[in-house]
Amino acid sequence: MLARAQIWWTIFTMCVAERLAYRGDFVLGTTMRFLPMITQIFLWTAVFASSGNGTMVGFTRNDIVAYYLLTMVARAFSSMPGLASGIAGQIRNGEIKKFLIQPIDLIGFSLLARMGHKLVYYGVAIGPFAFVFWLCRDYFPGWPPGEYMAAFLLSLVLSFLLGFFLEASLGLAGFWTLEISSLLFVYMLFNFFFSGHMFPLEILPEPWRTWVGWMPLKYLAYFPAAVFLQKIPADQLWQEMVLMAAWTLFFVFLSRRLMHAGFRRYSGYGG
Amino acid sequence: MKATLRNRSTMHRPNYLAVFWMFARNSLIRDMTFRANYIIEVVFGLSWALMNLGFYTLIYRLMYADGDGHANIAGWSQYEFFVFIATTILVNSFVEGFFMANAEELSELTRTGGLDFALLKPIDTQFLVSLQRINWSAIPKLLLALALLAYSIPRIEGLTLHPIQFLLYPLYVIMGTLILYSVMIGLAATSIWLGRNQSLYDFWFYITNFSRYPMEIYEGSFGSPLRFVFTYLIPILVVINVPAATLAKPLSATNWPLAGFAVIATIGSLAISRWIFQRALASYRSASS
Repeated sequence: MLARAQIWWTIFTMCVAERLAYRGDFVLGTTMRFLPMITQIFLWTAVFASSGNGTMVGFTRNDIVAYYLLTMVARAFSSMPGLASGIAGQIRNGEIKKFLIQPIDLIGFSLLARMGHKLVYYGVAIGPFAFVFWLCRDYFPGWPPGEYMAAFLLSLVLSFLLGFFLEASLGLAGFWTLEISSLLFVYMLFNFFFSGHMFPLEILPEPWRTWVGWMPLKYLAYFPAAVFLQKIPADQLWQEMVLMAAWTLFFVFLSRRLMHAGFRRYSGYGG
Repeated sequence: MKATLRNRSTMHRPNYLAVFWMFARNSLIRDMTFRANYIIEVVFGLSWALMNLGFYTLIYRLMYADGDGHANIAGWSQYEFFVFIATTILVNSFVEGFFMANAEELSELTRTGGLDFALLKPIDTQFLVSLQRINWSAIPKLLLALALLAYSIPRIEGLTLHPIQFLLYPLYVIMGTLILYSVMIGLAATSIWLGRNQSLYDFWFYITNFSRYPMEIYEGSFGSPLRFVFTYLIPILVVINVPAATLAKPLSATNWPLAGFAVIATIGSLAISRWIFQRALASYRSASS
């Protein structure tokens, strides 16, 4: 047991060190990511200038700006750049073999690697994030009450896990199709539109609104932000949290099943 | 001796049009060889554009829904704004079709030392590295933009177009494309200095992001200086705004100063980017081999 923990710890510190190597590039990249925010603020100011009463689907202009900023926090947890394509790439070029012959679990290893990367990312990104949020503090309605704050923090952790296992499942589909780039493309498109990354999901007309409400994608960006802004009614808050946890569990099991089924049908050739 | 030299130089002077034609032909053959990839790229480009359109359709729906009967973003009504979006798609399809892949390739050429071969060829290096790969998957996007124009223009209330607007529009679209090209090749040339420029594409995306909105939205104590910088210093706000306004808004004398400036901006950006490119080339130190 202890030996096993030690292996995981070694993997984890290795990934942290790997990520720290390019920290300068990192700070710059993170700061630049906020640039589109500027145009969003101007765009929504212009949109609300045309609206008569200053609110749309329950959002004021300030709410919208705060919403976009918060989805950036949520996506810092839930987005997994290169995860699915990385796994599919390992399947295609045969690197996956190392997980078959070494006593390391593919999903477990990837999860630790991601955690390492993410932790370093937060360590570096917290500077730019804090600065931008401080600059934009007037757009926020204030801190949410304790219950919402707890749900918000919990939803961030869950969104990391959900994002990880969802994308890992997509990557593991590579056992069956080898080339998953078109699958990933469809996923990315849906993710952009229906996770709430592009706009608050309240803007969608029915029946889309209801449909998207049941999909797991909304937990990747929309949900944590909506919780912070208290757009989720108190009686639905924990119900939604349970649903989010259920989706996460679903993808945990799905990815494990896909991995084992994939290993069974996998055949590697050459060295 | 002199005569032979001159003779030789005329002999080696390439026919740029023929070379360009060859590039286009080879790229088409290449695109058609990897047909599935081509189709994916087309679908990708189109869905992205349509999604953006869907987003603004939703926003205009919301603005109409509040009941006061008018909806506009900084003075752009829905169909005027659709013309704006069509112009964005159009200019982007030109930039992607002609230059995008090449600019990305330039940093790769620098890193691997492949630029040596481009320098050896008896043809203008900037021409060669800017145009050798034509991306044919941009064509369907171009058609989408034209369809969107044809759909939106008749729906703009109270707009009667003067024939000259149809003449000016393509001209300004080309100028916008050239301005973006200048920014792009200028950025790409920095990779020659820096050795590698991975965040080139990111930076490009963030800069051009400003150009995708009507310039009228940038106002106020922070917006006005921003607008000034991105109109007159780095003229990316001119790229879409001027052609779009030429077609979507009635001809008016108040637009002339900006329209005139767009011409100067195009020539200026091309000249400056050419200068940057040649300065960068001069300091190129071949890599490896």
